[in-house]
Amino acid sequence: MRVGSTFNVAFRALRRNKMRSVLTALGIIIGVGAVIAMVGIGNGAKAQVEAQIASLGQNVILIFSGSTTASGIRTGWGGAGTLKIEDAEAIRREIPGVVAVSEEVRSITQVAAGNQNWSTQVLGESAEYFDIRQWPLADGAPFTPQDVRSANKVCVVGRTTATQIYGNENPVGQILRIKNVPFVITGVLTPKGLSPQGVDQDDIVIMPYTSAMKRVVGGTTLRGMNVQIGDATEMSAAQQQIIALLRQRHNIRPGRDDDFTVRTQQEIAETATAASKVMTLLLGAIAGVSLVVGGIGIMNIMLVSVTERTREIGVRMAVGAHGSDILTQFLIEAVTLSSVGGVIGIICGIGASKILSAYAHWPTLISMSSIAIAFLFAAAVGIFFGFYPARKAAALDPIEALRYE
Amino acid sequence: MEVPAVRGVSLEIKRGEFVALMGASGSGKSTLMNILGCLDRPTTGHYVLDGADVSGLDRDRLADIRNRKIGFVFQNFNLLPRTSARENVELPLVYSAQHLTNAQLRERADRVLASVGLGGREDHHPSQLSGGQQQRVAIARALINDPEVVLADEPTGNLDSRTSVEIMGIFQQLNERGITIVMVTHEQDIAGYARRNVVMRDGILLSDKAVTQRAVAEAELSKRT
Repeated sequence: MRVGSTFNVAFRALRRNKMRSVLTALGIIIGVGAVIAMVGIGNGAKAQVEAQIASLGQNVILIFSGSTTASGIRTGWGGAGTLKIEDAEAIRREIPGVVAVSEEVRSITQVAAGNQNWSTQVLGESAEYFDIRQWPLADGAPFTPQDVRSANKVCVVGRTTATQIYGNENPVGQILRIKNVPFVITGVLTPKGLSPQGVDQDDIVIMPYTSAMKRVVGGTTLRGMNVQIGDATEMSAAQQQIIALLRQRHNIRPGRDDDFTVRTQQEIAETATAASKVMTLLLGAIAGVSLVVGGIGIMNIMLVSVTERTREIGVRMAVGAHGSDILTQFLIEAVTLSSVGGVIGIICGIGASKILSAYAHWPTLISMSSIAIAFLFAAAVGIFFGFYPARKAAALDPIEALRYE
Repeated sequence: MEVPAVRGVSLEIKRGEFVALMGASGSGKSTLMNILGCLDRPTTGHYVLDGADVSGLDRDRLADIRNRKIGFVFQNFNLLPRTSARENVELPLVYSAQHLTNAQLRERADRVLASVGLGGREDHHPSQLSGGQQQRVAIARALINDPEVVLADEPTGNLDSRTSVEIMGIFQQLNERGITIVMVTHEQDIAGYARRNVVMRDGILLSDKAVTQRAVAEAELSKRT
């Protein structure tokens, strides 16, 4: 009924105590700013991890060789060599929906050219690998299925390896000696940057797996396979079928453990983002605590204010203010402090995360939803912590309030 | 055990009267004033204000009646600190049912301030005004809603004698204009400016008589200068 003039009254009261209003709002500013910045950092980290996981390729199932124990010595994942080239062919042949399979072997090897040498990861793959991983070449051409069939001595190199060996020279067409075997470099990969685990993905040499098995890694077994499925909805069915097929081919009796591991890119993404989710939650929770502390600050100031302004409340009641008018006035004061603080806090939070991105090179991501939630939460803090002092003010007896010293 | 502060008081105040309510502390005059001011309700008995029984009304209805029919003047002025004289005077209108624009509020407040001799001081804060001027602001605030009755609780208690006479001068002028005034005081000479003196003791009326030799503030002031 007279909310408009009550707003006026509340704003005047806040203006009368400028310093106090600013300091009270500061608690909320810091709280909201911290929530925005912290959640921004967490979300930024999550988005980065997700982007990296997506770089594994679309609808990819990863199969790793299992660990086995030989003479009491257990090998790690992929070290056991339980997967054979025939397994890969069986998957190509028998699993519906499979678009591409890349057999994989890898080893860390010293590579050299001219008077430079460098220790890097040598990856043996099929020609489909670049499509599966959606990893185009920056320069030159990938090796071909024919290269794979013939185990030709060709390879492509990552940006880091290329720079280490050849500096600014174009490596395409050059000879790279790997374990003293000369390989022709057919192309240079586009840079991918760090993996979620912090490994430089561009420090790499990729060659036909046949060449790698014959000339670099040795042995006749695969470390793993990358299997691409055509349709995302067929992923879990394909995963189950691959497990069944490999168990059958490896003669694993029911009840015994698999000697291989099948993971979808989805599962890997979930594991990797779980950590950043926990981080986001933790950072948000810590920032949320400061927001609650800011709210308690508002309550404290409002309580002091009610006590200090007891006479004012008495006068207002004497000249005709209802209890509800007083309640509204104090509630508006509290909510104004918290929501103005919220808006400034959002601006500060955005500024803080921009500064963090610019100077600390942390990825930050501020979503509209986190802004909306922070603002609504700040306003709710004002209502929640303002209500008790406001109700206390409204319940005052005008006679006693007027007599209050 | 309940101790009644006011017992069996039967008092009729007519429109246009100027009554001084007197008595020692504890005589019940404050309680009576609170009831007259609709700040308190009588435990038993009735209070008829402007033809309507208000003794059974709830808090909010009493607040509305205070807003429309009663103007308060307090001993310690009770102005809002750090608030201009104009805004102090506007205060009752903020809670009134009538919707006035800011310009109308301002215009009315300035007019009433001018009528109590404070024209030109509308933007002063209480701390920039003397005690007498602060009490004039409080009187202006009491008058802004054209009340039926002005209730003054020891209005000269915090003022020096000359300023007290000036305030009494304002009250006498208001009374000439037909405004009913009830004033609590314990000073005999201040009570002399009223038309009727009511004395209380131990919660009952001790005496109630018209003032015979009424002091006139204007004459008193010209005598002093």
